[in-house]
Amino acid sequence: MIATPPPMTEKTQSAPAAPQAEDILDVPQLPGRPDIITVRDFNFFYGKKQALEDITLDIPERQVTAFIGPSGCGKTTLLRNFNRMNELIDGVSHTGDIKLAGRSIWDPSVEVIALRRLVGMVFQKSNPFAKSIYENVVYSLRIAGTRQRAVLDETVERSLRGAALWDEVKDRLHESALGLSGGQMQRLCIARAIANRPKVLLMDEPCSALDPIATMRIEELINDLKKEFTIVIVTHNMQQATRCSDFCGFFYLGNLVEFDRTKQIFTKPREKRTEDYVTGRFG
Amino acid sequence: MDNPITHSPDFFEDNSPESTKMLGRSLFDRALTALCVGLSFLALVPLASILYLVVKNGLPLLDWSVFTQLPPAAGMNGGGFGNAVIGTLTMVGLALLMAAPPAVLAAVYICEYDPKGKLSNAVRFAAKLLTGVPSIICGVFAFAAVVLATGKFSAFAGAVALAVLMLPTILLTSEQALLGVQRAYREASYGLGATRFQTISRVVLPDAAPAIMTGIMLAVARAAGETAPLVFTALFSQFWMSSLMEPTASLSVLIYNFSTMPFEHQVKMAWTASLVLVLLVTATNVTAQLVFSKRHA
Repeated sequence: MIATPPPMTEKTQSAPAAPQAEDILDVPQLPGRPDIITVRDFNFFYGKKQALEDITLDIPERQVTAFIGPSGCGKTTLLRNFNRMNELIDGVSHTGDIKLAGRSIWDPSVEVIALRRLVGMVFQKSNPFAKSIYENVVYSLRIAGTRQRAVLDETVERSLRGAALWDEVKDRLHESALGLSGGQMQRLCIARAIANRPKVLLMDEPCSALDPIATMRIEELINDLKKEFTIVIVTHNMQQATRCSDFCGFFYLGNLVEFDRTKQIFTKPREKRTEDYVTGRFG
Repeated sequence: MDNPITHSPDFFEDNSPESTKMLGRSLFDRALTALCVGLSFLALVPLASILYLVVKNGLPLLDWSVFTQLPPAAGMNGGGFGNAVIGTLTMVGLALLMAAPPAVLAAVYICEYDPKGKLSNAVRFAAKLLTGVPSIICGVFAFAAVVLATGKFSAFAGAVALAVLMLPTILLTSEQALLGVQRAYREASYGLGATRFQTISRVVLPDAAPAIMTGIMLAVARAAGETAPLVFTALFSQFWMSSLMEPTASLSVLIYNFSTMPFEHQVKMAWTASLVLVLLVTATNVTAQLVFSKRHA
């Protein structure tokens, strides 16, 4: 099943791809191209079991795209392909292609390490390291060999402010991150993910373990972050998808049933199955 | 405030026909709990009685001079076992240096790099077999491999025997420690663009370190008390150690020698040596735990 890419009326308004992606991946400038990730005829297998079937879609730049669908429908699998995290699992294979800013993420010239620096990820269960708050945020800089104290300090403040956590932790940056509350930990993980300025931020059910207030803060944050980052979020929460996404894809049994503007998906879906799911008749 | 509406006096009894069995079930529950607590205390009995005996018999002769003097000749009084303390520390320390790095690195390989590979399975199988090998066989091996080759009994040969003994324990406990590191930590690290080496060295190993350390300490404690492998390799010596390539005294062999002697003083000294051995092992253990729990926090 191939979903038609949504009409792109905002094409001309989108800023061209920011310079850093080109620095690392060395891709030619693609003026006026708003789709940062393009998926074409993508099939994915865990061993012999097919998890995704012929997925084709475009993720627009600096927008929030939500993947919805019942458990096991493949939305997380697709998300984890965008930064090749699925390759940590034995026996996976794929056909078709995923392009980031015009270049296949499996191109031999694309290093998986560089890809993951461009495509950051926030996980379902917050997973701060057993290190200080400060060291958690600068992890991606440390592994890249950055040592200048000023750069690290600046990154910590910028990232924590970006993740709306700075005011709460600025006095205890060197205390263990494991002493934070659940919502704070998840915002720390967001700060850690945006510390090295990725182009895309993947979020795998980032609020599923949080209370409504912490969830609200993360959703506000997502709205702020989309000024700078392209966000792809997997969610089980329909309200969340309507509240914070611009585009929405409905997955079912490994297929992308429908992909469109969120408003369209929730008000006038073209597919009966989408309508049944978003109105709560099955799922 | 008095409430005119009252519940039936049978409130707790009338909700199910089996309600009378409730008492029986909770009695059974309590009896089993009591049994578990009782058996736990029973398991402490051997440990407590050994400690009691060692302290009671070992304390009378324990003073500073046992660390500074050489063992008394058969039938003589006085003296100490300073050379055996040094010998044990040297051989166990050397064995640790020989066994721990390869064992931990092998554990990293079989756990992180190729967990399902043929080599990993072979290493795991060999390590499990090795843990079951009697320690005297390790002694015979080191005798053949080192003593016969160098032509003399030595501390080095003793250390080799102990290292062979420690290797599988450290390897298998380290593997368990690494398996215990949450997958989420690894994913977070890879997700931030870390290489496998960076993920292992910055996230996985620090997280597993306390558990790895516990495994190493278990191996050290076991090796420090081993007699059989040392009888074949380091033998014993009445004198202070001056090189790694000569027969060397150890606490365990001294305990073995002295406890079988027909002289009261030597038997008492064997008890004191036992006490010192227990204290040494405990002290190393506690220190290691303290250092690592502090560094981890």
